[in-house]
Amino acid sequence: MPSLIDLMLEGRKIQQHHPWPRAVVDASVWKFAAGELAQGRWSLLGLWGEPTTVHMAIMDGDTAEIAIVSLDCPDRSYPSVGKHHPPALRLERTVKDLFGLSAEGLPDTRPWLDHNRWGVRFPLGDRIDALPTAAPYRFLSAQGDGLHQIAVGPVHAGIIEPGHFRFTASGETVVRLEQRLGYTHKGVEGLMTGASLERAVQLAGRVSGDSTVAYAYAFSKAAEAALELVVPDRAIWLRALLAELERLANHLGDIGAVCNDASFALMHAHCSVLRESVLRASNTAFGHRLMRNVIVPGGVTRDLNDEGREIIRAALDNIRRRFPALVELYDNTASLQDRTVDTGVLKPALAKQYAAGGYIGRASGRSFDARRTLAYPPYDRLRFDVPVLNEGDVNARVWIRVREVEQGLSLIGQILDRLPEGPLGTHAGHRREAREGIAIVEGFRGDVLVWLRLRDGRVERCHLRDPSWFQWPLLEAVIENNIVADFPLCNKSFNCSYSGHDL
Amino acid sequence: MRKLLFESLFRRPFTERAPSPDDAALMELAAEVGQAARRRLGRSLSIREVDAGSCNGCELEIHALNNAYYDVERFGMRFVASPRHADVLLVTGPVTKNMREALERTYDAVPNPKWVVAVGDCARDGGCFAGSYAVVGGVSEVVPVDLHIPGCPPSPMAMLRGLLALLERADAGVTVP
Repeated sequence: MPSLIDLMLEGRKIQQHHPWPRAVVDASVWKFAAGELAQGRWSLLGLWGEPTTVHMAIMDGDTAEIAIVSLDCPDRSYPSVGKHHPPALRLERTVKDLFGLSAEGLPDTRPWLDHNRWGVRFPLGDRIDALPTAAPYRFLSAQGDGLHQIAVGPVHAGIIEPGHFRFTASGETVVRLEQRLGYTHKGVEGLMTGASLERAVQLAGRVSGDSTVAYAYAFSKAAEAALELVVPDRAIWLRALLAELERLANHLGDIGAVCNDASFALMHAHCSVLRESVLRASNTAFGHRLMRNVIVPGGVTRDLNDEGREIIRAALDNIRRRFPALVELYDNTASLQDRTVDTGVLKPALAKQYAAGGYIGRASGRSFDARRTLAYPPYDRLRFDVPVLNEGDVNARVWIRVREVEQGLSLIGQILDRLPEGPLGTHAGHRREAREGIAIVEGFRGDVLVWLRLRDGRVERCHLRDPSWFQWPLLEAVIENNIVADFPLCNKSFNCSYSGHDL
Repeated sequence: MRKLLFESLFRRPFTERAPSPDDAALMELAAEVGQAARRRLGRSLSIREVDAGSCNGCELEIHALNNAYYDVERFGMRFVASPRHADVLLVTGPVTKNMREALERTYDAVPNPKWVVAVGDCARDGGCFAGSYAVVGGVSEVVPVDLHIPGCPPSPMAMLRGLLALLERADAGVTVP
């Protein structure tokens, strides 16, 4: 069985690509890689386009090796990966929508992000005029006696992002759920093209509001890899502090929100208070409740002073004092457990096939956590556990978050204790030639991937892949045979990003 | 659970703990919103939130309005599930082309009299997403806007202040461009 390294040797290696290799391969190697993905030997981390090229990021789960294979498609088509490996389906539909490149043999050729409202087709490739009339979107069918459809969205009942869910139900039981996304598509990758690094990192931080730190972090790491910059130690540690505060705030919010969707408002009320305490501490320490615009290529823009340090410590103490009682409350409330246990079960095989990241993967036996598996600094010097469960139900996804809150408290404490002194950043410099970089950062939801090519101080192409791409399809699978009323619960336990996915 | 509930009986509410300048402003605001809302809308202001393409940052802070620190419901403001129950449409995001029609239809479903509050820098003119092939622009390109609350995202306190301003203007019968 060939390794990823062998695969790289089959192609033409791109010299200015860091830290993992990229090679331009021919169609037979591309197909071989698709076959290996389908066999489950490798994991698909991303698939994205350029006007006449497609790229695919692949990881060997056993060795944690990562490589990017690229295929030139001068005749505007390439062999479909999704035909063999379903996680690529929506990605290939998107490549078609944005670049006009067709995946040969793709079983589902419906548009995905393109709702025929942009006034243009293939906006990032060779543009052509939009179709004169929008064809109605054909939802997949379900057959059987007494089935009925429930259409939900794009405007939902709560304060959440827009998307459409089409349920087919038999009585109360969901027979099929099909998602339709793309409503929040803002053309971020189009805006990235030609942008300066300052503007690009600002955009990256606005891909998904709850992961603004993770995105700015991943973008900056990719840019630094491309430019071969060395980031000073203090900035590396401060970035981890920001990332852990973001994770802590989101997990606290989610634990409460999942319970709220089971009509258990008490947990929600208390968790929201703890979440608010983290946001307020972040505001004092870094000048913004969500910590926007702090991470930039080369380092960070704000230092942590003594007041910030103390307020974060005070928030940690408060959570350490109050959180255990909430965990106990969750664990001992039978009526709540009745809703979460055995609901929305994601089978480990599916989590592995889709390389599902974050608490979704880790609640279904997939131990991947970029902080541990890829061990980027400073996580290689920090002590923490990666909690993993196998049950895969709503309950397991809550418990993974609970454990990660506990780990987060410990991590933040360690970072504050060991924060090194020194400068906050290094100048990004100016390189005329094309240089490429890739980075993966563990956001609260899972692994955020950013790939980019810089030329002459500007972004020539940047692709940002949200973890939700490999989580949304699984939500369709887990809801099957659950009751409609449990959908909000399942959905919240996934908490996929609409904006991060639609981009 | 009983223990937690019991503690809550004796513990002072979060809204009154550790007064800082922000908390003081909040209490002041509470009284003002209360009076204005009562005059105009008889103790209630029902808000329907619509994400017209935001990054979700504004939604996070709108959620925070419901937490125990801000507790927006004590002012008579509450978030409702249907636009047909709403007085105010709280719209976030640059309006994407894919969301334009959904926003228009939601606006049409809100009964008169109604107000539209655009929340966040993107909602003014598209913000950092302006000029994209997939973005219409600010909220006012699609539906008439009564008030804009700036910020990326605006803090919950800024949103409370904004809603108060809206109530006062609505009260005076002035239509704000």
